[in-house]
Amino acid sequence: MAKVTQKDLDMVALLSRLEVAEQDKEKYLGQLDAFLQYVDNLAALPTDDVEPLAHVLPIHNVFREDEVRPSLDRTLALSNAPLQEDGYFKVPKILED
Amino acid sequence: MKLYNKPAHELHEMLVKKEISSVELTKAVLSRMDETEGKIHAYVTETRDEALKQAADADGKITRGEEIAYFEGIPGAVKDNICTKGVKTTCASKMLENFVPPYDATVMKHLEKVRPVILGKANMDEFAMGGSTENSAFYPTHNPWNVQCVPGGSSGGSAASVAAGSAIWALGSDTGGSIRQPASFCGVVGMKPTYGRVSRYGLVAFASSLDQIGPLTRDVTDCAHLLQAISGHDEYDSTSSASEVPDFSKALVQDVRGLKIGIPKEFFVKGMDADVEKAVRGAVDTFKELGADVREISLPHTEYAISVYYLIAPAEAATNLERYDGVSYGARVDGADVVEMMTKTRSEKFGEEVKRRILIGNYALSAGYYDAYYLKALKVRRLIKEDYDKAFESVDVIVTPTAPTPAYKIGEMTSDPLKMYLQDIYTVPLNLAGLPGISVPCGYSCEKLPIGLQIIGKPLDEATVLRAAYTYEQSQTFYKDMAETEAKV
Repeated sequence: MAKVTQKDLDMVALLSRLEVAEQDKEKYLGQLDAFLQYVDNLAALPTDDVEPLAHVLPIHNVFREDEVRPSLDRTLALSNAPLQEDGYFKVPKILED
Repeated sequence: MKLYNKPAHELHEMLVKKEISSVELTKAVLSRMDETEGKIHAYVTETRDEALKQAADADGKITRGEEIAYFEGIPGAVKDNICTKGVKTTCASKMLENFVPPYDATVMKHLEKVRPVILGKANMDEFAMGGSTENSAFYPTHNPWNVQCVPGGSSGGSAASVAAGSAIWALGSDTGGSIRQPASFCGVVGMKPTYGRVSRYGLVAFASSLDQIGPLTRDVTDCAHLLQAISGHDEYDSTSSASEVPDFSKALVQDVRGLKIGIPKEFFVKGMDADVEKAVRGAVDTFKELGADVREISLPHTEYAISVYYLIAPAEAATNLERYDGVSYGARVDGADVVEMMTKTRSEKFGEEVKRRILIGNYALSAGYYDAYYLKALKVRRLIKEDYDKAFESVDVIVTPTAPTPAYKIGEMTSDPLKMYLQDIYTVPLNLAGLPGISVPCGYSCEKLPIGLQIIGKPLDEATVLRAAYTYEQSQTFYKDMAETEAKV
Protein backbone atom coordinates (compact mmCIF):
# COMPACT_ATOMS: atom_id res chain seq x y z
CA MET A 1 0.00 0.00 0.00
CA ALA A 2 1.27 3.45 -0.85
CA LYS A 3 2.55 5.31 2.18
CA VAL A 4 2.29 8.74 0.67
CA THR A 5 -0.53 10.43 -1.22
CA GLN A 6 -0.75 13.22 -3.75
CA LYS A 7 -2.11 15.41 -0.96
CA ASP A 8 0.98 14.72 1.21
CA LEU A 9 3.27 15.64 -1.66
CA ASP A 10 1.39 18.89 -2.32
CA MET A 11 1.54 19.75 1.39
CA VAL A 12 5.26 19.13 1.71
CA ALA A 13 6.01 20.98 -1.55
CA LEU A 14 4.12 23.99 -0.19
CA LEU A 15 6.10 23.82 3.08
CA SER A 16 9.31 23.64 1.04
CA ARG A 17 8.36 26.54 -1.24
CA LEU A 18 8.82 24.20 -4.19
CA GLU A 19 6.59 23.70 -7.16
CA VAL A 20 6.51 20.14 -8.48
CA ALA A 21 5.64 20.22 -12.17
CA GLU A 22 2.51 18.26 -13.09
CA GLN A 23 4.48 15.83 -15.28
CA ASP A 24 6.99 15.13 -12.46
CA LYS A 25 4.42 14.47 -9.73
CA GLU A 26 4.04 10.76 -10.38
CA LYS A 27 7.81 10.25 -10.46
CA TYR A 28 8.40 12.11 -7.18
CA LEU A 29 5.48 10.30 -5.57
CA GLY A 30 6.86 6.91 -6.57
CA GLN A 31 10.36 7.75 -5.38
CA LEU A 32 9.16 9.19 -2.09
CA ASP A 33 7.00 6.14 -1.53
CA ALA A 34 9.85 3.69 -2.29
CA PHE A 35 12.01 5.65 0.13
CA LEU A 36 9.44 5.59 2.91
CA GLN A 37 8.88 1.85 2.41
CA TYR A 38 12.62 1.35 2.82
CA VAL A 39 13.08 3.46 5.96
CA ASP A 40 10.18 1.61 7.54
CA ASN A 41 12.76 -0.95 8.71
CA LEU A 42 13.30 1.40 11.67
CA ALA A 43 9.73 0.94 12.90
CA ALA A 44 10.32 -2.60 14.16
CA LEU A 45 13.29 -1.58 16.31
CA PRO A 46 12.29 -0.93 19.94
CA THR A 47 13.57 2.51 20.98
CA ASP A 48 11.24 3.55 23.82
CA ASP A 49 14.13 3.84 26.27
CA VAL A 50 16.61 5.41 23.86
CA GLU A 51 17.45 9.10 24.10
CA PRO A 52 17.55 10.82 20.70
CA LEU A 53 21.06 11.83 19.54
CA ALA A 54 21.04 15.07 17.57
CA HIS A 55 24.72 15.71 17.94
CA VAL A 56 27.74 13.50 18.64
CA LEU A 57 29.83 15.93 20.66
CA PRO A 58 29.12 16.71 24.31
CA ILE A 59 29.05 20.41 23.53
CA HIS A 60 26.82 23.14 24.85
CA ASN A 61 26.16 26.76 24.04
CA VAL A 62 29.30 28.79 23.61
CA PHE A 63 29.20 32.15 25.36
CA ARG A 64 31.37 35.24 25.04
CA GLU A 65 31.23 38.83 26.20
CA ASP A 66 28.78 40.92 24.20
CA GLU A 67 31.24 43.45 22.88
CA VAL A 68 31.38 45.29 19.59
CA ARG A 69 33.78 43.74 17.11
CA PRO A 70 34.56 44.46 13.49
CA SER A 71 32.17 42.70 11.12
CA LEU A 72 31.52 42.43 7.41
CA ASP A 73 31.21 45.78 5.70
CA ARG A 74 27.62 46.51 4.61
CA THR A 75 28.52 47.01 0.95
CA LEU A 76 30.25 43.63 0.95
CA ALA A 77 27.37 41.98 2.80
CA LEU A 78 24.98 43.26 0.14
CA SER A 79 27.30 42.46 -2.76
CA ASN A 80 25.53 39.21 -3.68
CA ALA A 81 21.96 40.49 -3.23
CA PRO A 82 19.77 39.99 -6.29
CA LEU A 83 18.24 43.42 -5.67
CA GLN A 84 19.17 46.16 -3.21
CA GLU A 85 18.29 49.77 -2.50
CA ASP A 86 19.69 52.31 -0.04
CA GLY A 87 21.63 49.67 1.88
CA TYR A 88 18.71 47.26 2.15
CA PHE A 89 17.73 43.99 0.48
CA LYS A 90 14.79 44.66 -1.82
CA VAL A 91 11.91 42.17 -2.17
CA PRO A 92 8.52 42.24 -3.89
CA LYS A 93 5.63 43.72 -1.96
CA ILE A 94 4.66 41.65 1.12
CA LEU A 95 1.72 43.60 2.58
CA GLU A 96 -1.55 44.31 0.80
CA ASP A 97 -2.44 47.98 0.15
CA MET B 1 58.06 10.45 -13.58
CA LYS B 2 56.09 13.53 -14.56
CA LEU B 3 56.05 16.32 -12.00
CA TYR B 4 52.25 16.37 -11.90
CA ASN B 5 52.20 12.74 -10.76
CA LYS B 6 54.38 13.20 -7.69
CA PRO B 7 53.15 13.55 -4.13
CA ALA B 8 53.58 16.89 -2.34
CA HIS B 9 56.30 15.64 0.01
CA GLU B 10 58.58 14.75 -2.92
CA LEU B 11 57.83 18.02 -4.67
CA HIS B 12 58.50 19.92 -1.46
CA GLU B 13 61.96 18.33 -1.23
CA MET B 14 62.62 19.20 -4.88
CA LEU B 15 61.58 22.82 -4.27
CA VAL B 16 63.79 23.09 -1.19
CA LYS B 17 66.77 21.64 -3.11
CA LYS B 18 66.00 24.06 -5.97
CA GLU B 19 65.71 21.15 -8.43
CA ILE B 20 62.46 22.68 -9.66
CA SER B 21 60.67 25.97 -9.19
CA SER B 22 57.07 26.38 -8.13
CA VAL B 23 56.28 28.22 -11.38
CA GLU B 24 57.70 25.29 -13.35
CA LEU B 25 55.65 22.84 -11.28
CA THR B 26 52.49 24.94 -11.53
CA LYS B 27 52.89 25.22 -15.30
CA ALA B 28 53.35 21.45 -15.54
CA VAL B 29 50.10 20.89 -13.64
CA LEU B 30 48.27 23.57 -15.65
CA SER B 31 49.33 21.94 -18.91
CA ARG B 32 48.14 18.63 -17.50
CA MET B 33 44.82 20.37 -16.88
CA ASP B 34 44.79 21.41 -20.53
CA GLU B 35 45.28 17.76 -21.53
CA THR B 36 42.70 16.28 -19.17
CA GLU B 37 39.94 18.79 -18.48
CA GLY B 38 38.22 18.28 -21.84
CA LYS B 39 37.44 14.73 -20.75
CA ILE B 40 37.55 14.79 -16.94
CA HIS B 41 35.81 18.10 -16.08
CA ALA B 42 37.19 18.13 -12.55
CA TYR B 43 37.02 21.92 -12.24
CA VAL B 44 34.16 24.39 -12.11
CA THR B 45 36.35 27.51 -11.90
CA GLU B 46 40.05 27.83 -12.76
CA THR B 47 42.21 30.54 -11.15
CA ARG B 48 45.28 30.22 -13.35
CA ASP B 49 46.62 33.79 -13.13
CA GLU B 50 46.38 33.92 -9.37
CA ALA B 51 47.98 30.44 -9.22
CA LEU B 52 51.03 31.59 -11.17
CA LYS B 53 51.35 34.64 -8.92
CA GLN B 54 51.26 32.42 -5.82
CA ALA B 55 53.89 30.17 -7.42
CA ALA B 56 56.12 33.15 -8.16
CA ASP B 57 55.79 34.28 -4.53
CA ALA B 58 56.93 30.85 -3.34
CA ASP B 59 59.88 30.94 -5.73
CA GLY B 60 60.84 34.38 -4.43
CA LYS B 61 61.06 33.00 -0.91
CA ILE B 62 63.11 30.01 -2.01
CA THR B 63 65.50 32.26 -3.95
CA ARG B 64 65.93 34.46 -0.88
CA GLY B 65 66.81 31.38 1.11
CA GLU B 66 63.70 31.57 3.31
CA GLU B 67 62.16 28.44 4.75
CA ILE B 68 58.98 27.24 3.01
CA ALA B 69 56.05 25.32 4.46
CA TYR B 70 55.17 21.78 3.41
CA PHE B 71 52.51 22.75 0.87
CA GLU B 72 54.03 26.09 -0.06
CA GLY B 73 54.13 26.57 -3.81
CA ILE B 74 52.39 23.23 -4.44
CA PRO B 75 49.25 23.39 -6.57
CA GLY B 76 45.91 21.97 -5.50
CA ALA B 77 42.15 22.24 -5.84
CA VAL B 78 39.38 23.28 -3.43
CA LYS B 79 35.88 21.83 -3.54
CA ASP B 80 33.40 24.40 -4.73
CA ASN B 81 31.35 24.41 -1.51
CA ILE B 82 34.23 25.98 0.46
CA CYS B 83 33.99 29.77 0.48
CA THR B 84 36.90 31.51 -1.22
CA LYS B 85 36.96 35.29 -0.89
CA GLY B 86 36.60 36.95 -4.28
CA VAL B 87 36.45 33.60 -6.14
CA LYS B 88 33.08 32.19 -7.22
CA THR B 89 31.74 29.44 -4.95
CA THR B 90 28.85 27.78 -6.77
CA CYS B 91 28.23 24.48 -4.96
CA ALA B 92 27.73 23.28 -8.56
CA SER B 93 24.25 24.80 -8.35
CA LYS B 94 22.37 27.25 -10.55
CA MET B 95 21.27 28.80 -7.26
CA LEU B 96 24.83 29.99 -6.50
CA GLU B 97 26.09 30.20 -10.08
CA ASN B 98 27.27 33.81 -9.58
CA PHE B 99 27.93 33.81 -5.84
CA VAL B 100 31.25 35.45 -4.92
CA PRO B 101 31.88 35.02 -1.18
CA PRO B 102 32.86 38.22 0.63
CA TYR B 103 34.92 36.16 3.10
CA ASP B 104 37.16 33.10 3.31
CA ALA B 105 36.25 29.81 5.00
CA THR B 106 38.42 29.11 8.04
CA VAL B 107 40.20 26.29 6.17
CA MET B 108 41.24 28.83 3.52
CA LYS B 109 42.62 31.06 6.27
CA HIS B 110 44.60 28.07 7.54
CA LEU B 111 45.87 27.31 4.02
CA GLU B 112 46.93 30.93 3.63
CA LYS B 113 49.48 30.29 6.38
CA VAL B 114 51.14 27.48 4.38
CA ARG B 115 50.68 29.37 1.08
CA PRO B 116 49.94 26.61 -1.43
CA VAL B 117 49.06 27.40 -5.04
CA ILE B 118 45.28 27.28 -5.61
CA LEU B 119 44.39 26.15 -9.14
CA GLY B 120 40.65 26.50 -8.86
CA LYS B 121 37.39 25.16 -7.53
CA ALA B 122 36.50 21.49 -7.96
CA ASN B 123 33.24 20.11 -9.36
CA MET B 124 30.83 18.27 -7.06
CA ASP B 125 27.28 17.02 -6.75
CA GLU B 126 25.00 20.04 -6.28
CA PHE B 127 25.15 21.12 -2.62
CA ALA B 128 27.19 17.92 -2.00
CA MET B 129 24.10 15.77 -2.44
CA GLY B 130 25.06 12.66 -4.35
CA GLY B 131 27.72 10.03 -4.76
CA SER B 132 28.71 10.36 -8.40
CA THR B 133 29.15 14.07 -9.28
CA GLU B 134 26.41 13.52 -11.87
CA ASN B 135 24.24 15.93 -9.88
CA SER B 136 26.45 18.91 -10.74
CA ALA B 137 24.24 21.52 -12.39
CA PHE B 138 27.05 22.21 -14.88
CA TYR B 139 28.49 18.87 -16.10
CA PRO B 140 29.43 15.50 -14.65
CA THR B 141 33.05 14.77 -13.75
CA HIS B 142 34.56 11.64 -15.29
CA ASN B 143 36.82 9.05 -13.65
CA PRO B 144 40.46 9.34 -14.84
CA TRP B 145 40.88 5.53 -14.67
CA ASN B 146 38.00 5.04 -17.10
CA VAL B 147 36.22 8.08 -18.48
CA GLN B 148 33.01 6.06 -18.98
CA CYS B 149 32.77 5.79 -15.19
CA VAL B 150 31.80 8.19 -12.42
CA PRO B 151 34.55 9.48 -10.11
CA GLY B 152 32.29 9.03 -7.09
CA GLY B 153 30.99 11.96 -5.12
CA SER B 154 30.14 14.33 -3.92
CA SER B 155 33.82 15.44 -3.92
CA GLY B 156 34.26 13.89 -7.38
CA GLY B 157 36.10 16.84 -8.88
CA SER B 158 38.56 16.90 -5.97
CA ALA B 159 39.31 13.16 -6.24
CA ALA B 160 39.48 13.16 -10.05
CA SER B 161 41.87 16.12 -10.14
CA VAL B 162 44.31 14.38 -7.77
CA ALA B 163 44.01 11.11 -9.73
CA ALA B 164 44.41 12.78 -13.14
CA GLY B 165 47.39 14.92 -12.16
CA SER B 166 45.49 18.18 -12.59
CA ALA B 167 46.06 18.85 -8.87
CA ILE B 168 48.62 17.52 -6.40
CA TRP B 169 46.21 17.74 -3.45
CA ALA B 170 42.61 18.75 -2.92
CA LEU B 171 40.14 19.65 -0.21
CA GLY B 172 36.77 17.94 -0.13
CA SER B 173 33.87 17.67 2.27
CA ASP B 174 32.24 14.55 3.67
CA THR B 175 28.67 14.37 4.98
CA GLY B 176 28.02 10.66 4.34
CA GLY B 177 31.15 9.48 2.52
CA SER B 178 31.74 12.32 0.07
CA ILE B 179 35.53 12.33 0.54
CA ARG B 180 36.16 8.63 1.16
CA GLN B 181 34.00 7.13 -1.61
CA PRO B 182 35.42 9.26 -4.47
CA ALA B 183 38.91 8.58 -3.06
CA SER B 184 38.09 4.87 -3.34
CA PHE B 185 36.71 5.22 -6.90
CA CYS B 186 39.69 7.31 -8.08
CA GLY B 187 42.51 5.40 -6.34
CA VAL B 188 43.62 8.25 -4.07
CA VAL B 189 43.76 8.78 -0.31
CA GLY B 190 40.86 10.64 1.31
CA MET B 191 40.15 11.34 4.96
CA LYS B 192 37.13 12.48 6.91
CA PRO B 193 38.41 13.85 10.23
CA THR B 194 36.56 13.52 13.53
CA TYR B 195 33.48 15.75 13.64
CA GLY B 196 34.72 19.04 15.10
CA ARG B 197 38.40 18.57 14.20
CA VAL B 198 38.21 20.94 11.21
CA SER B 199 36.17 24.15 11.27
CA ARG B 200 33.01 24.19 9.17
CA TYR B 201 32.94 28.00 9.06
CA GLY B 202 32.56 28.97 5.41
CA LEU B 203 31.64 25.47 4.27
CA VAL B 204 28.25 25.81 2.58
CA ALA B 205 26.02 23.88 4.98
CA PHE B 206 24.38 20.62 3.88
CA ALA B 207 23.74 18.63 7.09
CA SER B 208 25.42 20.51 9.91
CA SER B 209 25.69 17.67 12.43
CA LEU B 210 27.44 15.47 9.83
CA ASP B 211 29.55 17.76 7.57
CA GLN B 212 33.37 17.77 7.80
CA ILE B 213 36.07 19.14 5.50
CA GLY B 214 39.06 16.88 4.79
CA PRO B 215 42.02 16.14 2.51
CA LEU B 216 42.32 14.16 -0.73
CA THR B 217 45.93 13.35 -1.61
CA ARG B 218 48.34 11.05 -3.45
CA ASP B 219 49.42 9.22 -0.32
CA VAL B 220 49.01 9.00 3.46
CA THR B 221 52.03 11.25 4.14
CA ASP B 222 50.46 14.14 2.24
CA CYS B 223 47.11 13.40 3.91
CA ALA B 224 48.62 13.73 7.39
CA HIS B 225 50.29 17.02 6.52
CA LEU B 226 47.23 18.53 4.84
CA LEU B 227 45.07 17.49 7.79
CA GLN B 228 47.60 19.21 10.06
CA ALA B 229 47.32 22.41 8.05
CA ILE B 230 43.52 22.66 8.27
CA SER B 231 42.80 21.32 11.80
CA GLY B 232 42.20 23.27 14.94
CA HIS B 233 39.69 25.05 17.12
CA ASP B 234 37.74 27.93 15.60
CA GLU B 235 35.57 30.33 17.56
CA TYR B 236 33.48 30.89 14.42
CA ASP B 237 32.25 27.26 14.51
CA SER B 238 30.40 26.48 17.73
CA THR B 239 30.84 22.74 17.12
CA SER B 240 34.60 23.06 16.69
CA SER B 241 36.59 20.83 19.05
CA ALA B 242 38.82 22.56 21.59
CA SER B 243 41.09 19.49 21.80
CA GLU B 244 44.73 19.97 21.04
CA VAL B 245 45.82 18.95 17.54
CA PRO B 246 48.65 16.42 17.73
CA ASP B 247 51.62 16.39 15.36
CA PHE B 248 50.20 14.01 12.74
CA SER B 249 53.58 13.52 11.04
CA LYS B 250 54.61 11.56 14.17
CA ALA B 251 51.93 9.01 13.20
CA LEU B 252 53.75 8.19 9.97
CA VAL B 253 55.56 5.14 11.30
CA GLN B 254 55.48 1.66 9.87
CA ASP B 255 54.31 -0.31 12.83
CA VAL B 256 51.03 -2.08 13.49
CA ARG B 257 52.44 -4.80 15.74
CA GLY B 258 49.90 -5.52 18.41
CA LEU B 259 47.45 -2.97 17.00
CA LYS B 260 43.95 -4.33 17.62
CA ILE B 261 41.96 -4.24 14.38
CA GLY B 262 38.24 -5.02 14.31
CA ILE B 263 36.55 -6.49 11.25
CA PRO B 264 32.75 -5.98 11.49
CA LYS B 265 30.98 -9.12 10.37
CA GLU B 266 27.93 -7.08 9.28
CA PHE B 267 30.04 -5.36 6.59
CA PHE B 268 30.92 -8.59 4.78
CA VAL B 269 27.64 -9.91 3.53
CA LYS B 270 26.55 -12.45 0.96
CA GLY B 271 26.28 -10.87 -2.45
CA MET B 272 28.94 -8.23 -1.91
CA ASP B 273 31.09 -7.38 -4.91
CA ALA B 274 33.65 -10.18 -5.39
CA ASP B 275 36.53 -7.88 -6.39
CA VAL B 276 35.93 -5.60 -3.40
CA GLU B 277 35.74 -8.54 -1.00
CA LYS B 278 38.94 -10.05 -2.38
CA ALA B 279 40.88 -6.77 -2.18
CA VAL B 280 39.69 -5.95 1.33
CA ARG B 281 40.25 -9.47 2.68
CA GLY B 282 43.72 -9.32 1.13
CA ALA B 283 44.40 -6.12 3.02
CA VAL B 284 43.17 -7.70 6.27
CA ASP B 285 45.61 -10.60 5.69
CA THR B 286 48.38 -8.06 5.12
CA PHE B 287 47.62 -6.45 8.48
CA LYS B 288 47.88 -9.91 10.11
CA GLU B 289 51.25 -10.51 8.43
CA LEU B 290 52.42 -7.12 9.65
CA GLY B 291 51.74 -8.20 13.22
CA ALA B 292 48.34 -6.65 13.89
CA ASP B 293 45.89 -8.41 16.18
CA VAL B 294 42.88 -8.85 13.90
CA ARG B 295 39.57 -9.89 15.39
CA GLU B 296 35.94 -10.09 14.31
CA ILE B 297 33.58 -7.56 15.88
CA SER B 298 29.87 -6.86 15.62
CA LEU B 299 28.14 -3.56 14.78
CA PRO B 300 24.59 -4.89 15.04
CA HIS B 301 22.71 -1.73 13.96
CA THR B 302 24.56 -1.37 10.64
CA GLU B 303 21.48 -2.40 8.68
CA TYR B 304 19.65 0.71 9.91
CA ALA B 305 22.38 3.22 9.00
CA ILE B 306 21.05 4.12 5.54
CA SER B 307 17.55 4.79 6.86
CA VAL B 308 18.86 6.90 9.72
CA TYR B 309 21.22 8.86 7.50
CA TYR B 310 18.69 9.50 4.75
CA LEU B 311 16.20 10.86 7.26
CA ILE B 312 18.60 13.02 9.29
CA ALA B 313 20.70 14.44 6.43
CA PRO B 314 17.70 15.58 4.32
CA ALA B 315 15.96 16.96 7.43
CA GLU B 316 19.00 19.09 8.23
CA ALA B 317 19.40 19.98 4.55
CA ALA B 318 15.77 21.07 4.19
CA THR B 319 16.34 23.44 7.10
CA ASN B 320 19.75 24.69 5.95
CA LEU B 321 18.56 25.30 2.40
CA GLU B 322 15.66 27.49 3.54
CA ARG B 323 18.12 30.37 3.24
CA TYR B 324 17.98 30.19 -0.57
CA ASP B 325 14.96 32.41 -0.89
CA GLY B 326 16.08 34.90 -3.54
CA VAL B 327 16.56 37.69 -1.01
CA SER B 328 20.05 38.12 0.40
CA TYR B 329 22.26 36.21 -2.04
CA GLY B 330 22.03 33.64 -4.80
CA ALA B 331 19.67 33.57 -7.74
CA ARG B 332 16.24 35.17 -7.90
CA VAL B 333 13.38 34.47 -10.28
CA ASP B 334 10.80 37.25 -10.21
CA GLY B 335 7.24 36.67 -9.07
CA ALA B 336 4.11 38.72 -8.40
CA ASP B 337 4.57 38.59 -4.63
CA VAL B 338 7.27 37.46 -2.24
CA VAL B 339 5.99 33.88 -1.85
CA GLU B 340 5.73 33.41 -5.61
CA MET B 341 9.22 34.88 -6.04
CA MET B 342 10.66 32.45 -3.48
CA THR B 343 8.81 29.44 -4.88
CA LYS B 344 9.82 30.19 -8.47
CA THR B 345 13.43 30.84 -7.45
CA ARG B 346 13.73 27.55 -5.58
CA SER B 347 11.83 25.49 -8.17
CA GLU B 348 13.89 26.74 -11.10
CA LYS B 349 17.32 26.99 -9.49
CA PHE B 350 17.58 23.81 -7.41
CA GLY B 351 18.34 20.59 -9.26
CA GLU B 352 16.26 17.42 -9.01
CA GLU B 353 18.20 15.61 -6.27
CA VAL B 354 18.33 18.71 -4.07
CA LYS B 355 14.56 19.14 -4.41
CA ARG B 356 14.01 15.46 -3.67
CA ARG B 357 16.00 15.72 -0.44
CA ILE B 358 14.26 18.93 0.63
CA LEU B 359 10.91 17.18 0.12
CA ILE B 360 12.05 14.08 2.06
CA GLY B 361 13.47 16.26 4.83
CA ASN B 362 10.42 18.43 5.25
CA TYR B 363 8.19 15.36 5.10
CA ALA B 364 10.17 13.70 7.92
CA LEU B 365 9.99 16.90 9.97
CA SER B 366 6.33 17.72 9.37
CA ALA B 367 3.58 17.47 11.94
CA GLY B 368 2.24 13.94 12.17
CA TYR B 369 5.41 12.31 10.80
CA TYR B 370 8.09 13.86 13.03
CA ASP B 371 7.99 11.13 15.70
CA ALA B 372 7.83 8.24 13.26
CA TYR B 373 10.66 9.44 11.06
CA TYR B 374 12.94 12.20 12.32
CA LEU B 375 12.78 11.46 16.05
CA LYS B 376 13.00 7.72 15.40
CA ALA B 377 16.10 8.29 13.29
CA LEU B 378 17.74 10.31 16.08
CA LYS B 379 17.13 7.46 18.52
CA VAL B 380 18.59 4.85 16.22
CA ARG B 381 21.51 7.20 15.57
CA ARG B 382 22.38 6.77 19.24
CA LEU B 383 22.21 2.97 18.93
CA ILE B 384 24.60 3.13 15.98
CA LYS B 385 27.01 5.36 17.88
CA GLU B 386 26.85 3.00 20.87
CA ASP B 387 27.77 0.06 18.60
CA TYR B 388 31.01 1.88 17.78
CA ASP B 389 31.64 2.98 21.39
CA LYS B 390 31.35 -0.65 22.45
CA ALA B 391 33.53 -1.94 19.60
CA PHE B 392 36.25 0.57 20.45
CA GLU B 393 36.44 -0.80 23.99
CA SER B 394 38.23 -3.81 22.52
CA VAL B 395 39.85 -2.58 19.27
CA ASP B 396 41.99 0.41 18.20
CA VAL B 397 40.72 0.73 14.63
CA ILE B 398 38.06 -0.89 12.45
CA VAL B 399 38.79 -1.97 8.88
CA THR B 400 36.08 -2.24 6.18
CA PRO B 401 35.56 -1.66 2.47
CA THR B 402 35.02 2.03 1.63
CA ALA B 403 32.35 1.36 -0.98
CA PRO B 404 30.43 -1.80 -1.90
CA THR B 405 31.54 -1.61 -5.56
CA PRO B 406 34.24 -0.03 -7.72
CA ALA B 407 33.26 2.99 -9.86
CA TYR B 408 30.15 2.35 -11.95
CA LYS B 409 29.19 3.68 -15.36
CA ILE B 410 27.90 7.22 -15.78
CA GLY B 411 24.09 7.10 -15.95
CA GLU B 412 23.85 3.61 -14.45
CA MET B 413 22.26 4.67 -11.16
CA THR B 414 20.53 7.95 -11.93
CA SER B 415 17.05 6.54 -12.47
CA ASP B 416 16.87 4.92 -9.04
CA PRO B 417 17.76 7.28 -6.16
CA LEU B 418 17.26 4.59 -3.50
CA LYS B 419 19.75 2.26 -5.20
CA MET B 420 22.24 5.13 -5.20
CA TYR B 421 21.62 5.78 -1.47
CA LEU B 422 22.34 2.12 -0.63
CA GLN B 423 25.88 2.62 -1.99
CA ASP B 424 26.66 4.64 1.14
CA ILE B 425 26.27 1.77 3.60
CA TYR B 426 29.96 1.61 4.67
CA THR B 427 30.56 5.35 4.94
CA VAL B 428 27.49 6.94 6.57
CA PRO B 429 27.88 5.32 10.02
CA LEU B 430 31.08 7.33 10.63
CA ASN B 431 29.28 10.62 10.04
CA LEU B 432 26.40 9.54 12.27
CA ALA B 433 28.88 8.61 15.03
CA GLY B 434 31.28 11.51 14.34
CA LEU B 435 34.27 9.20 13.81
CA PRO B 436 37.41 9.75 11.71
CA GLY B 437 37.98 7.51 8.70
CA ILE B 438 40.37 7.22 5.79
CA SER B 439 40.19 5.49 2.43
CA VAL B 440 43.44 4.12 1.01
CA PRO B 441 43.86 2.19 -2.28
CA CYS B 442 43.96 -1.59 -1.69
CA GLY B 443 43.66 -3.13 -5.14
CA TYR B 444 41.80 -3.20 -8.43
CA SER B 445 38.71 -4.76 -9.89
CA CYS B 446 39.04 -7.11 -12.85
CA GLU B 447 38.34 -4.04 -14.99
CA LYS B 448 41.35 -2.28 -13.44
CA LEU B 449 39.28 0.18 -11.41
CA PRO B 450 40.65 1.15 -7.99
CA ILE B 451 39.23 -0.25 -4.75
CA GLY B 452 39.52 1.53 -1.41
CA LEU B 453 40.06 0.26 2.12
CA GLN B 454 38.37 2.19 4.91
CA ILE B 455 40.09 2.49 8.30
CA ILE B 456 37.93 3.90 11.11
CA GLY B 457 39.26 5.33 14.37
CA LYS B 458 38.11 6.49 17.78
CA PRO B 459 36.97 10.11 18.11
CA LEU B 460 39.95 12.49 17.77
CA ASP B 461 42.31 9.55 17.17
CA GLU B 462 43.21 10.35 13.56
CA ALA B 463 46.83 9.56 14.52
CA THR B 464 46.18 5.82 14.93
CA VAL B 465 44.14 5.76 11.71
CA LEU B 466 47.03 7.42 9.88
CA ARG B 467 49.57 5.01 11.38
CA ALA B 468 47.55 1.97 10.27
CA ALA B 469 46.97 3.50 6.83
CA TYR B 470 50.63 4.45 6.39
CA THR B 471 51.89 1.03 7.45
CA TYR B 472 49.52 -0.71 5.06
CA GLU B 473 50.27 1.72 2.21
CA GLN B 474 54.03 1.30 2.53
CA SER B 475 53.70 -2.50 2.46
CA GLN B 476 52.02 -2.26 -0.97
CA THR B 477 52.73 -0.56 -4.28
CA PHE B 478 49.22 0.74 -5.05
CA TYR B 479 50.05 4.30 -4.06
CA LYS B 480 52.95 4.28 -6.52
CA ASP B 481 50.70 2.87 -9.27
CA MET B 482 48.33 5.64 -8.62
CA ALA B 483 50.94 8.33 -8.73
CA GLU B 484 52.63 6.93 -11.85
CA THR B 485 49.54 5.95 -13.79
CA GLU B 486 49.10 7.92 -16.94
CA ALA B 487 45.43 8.66 -16.67
CA LYS B 488 43.76 7.24 -19.74
CA VAL B 489 42.69 10.48 -21.30
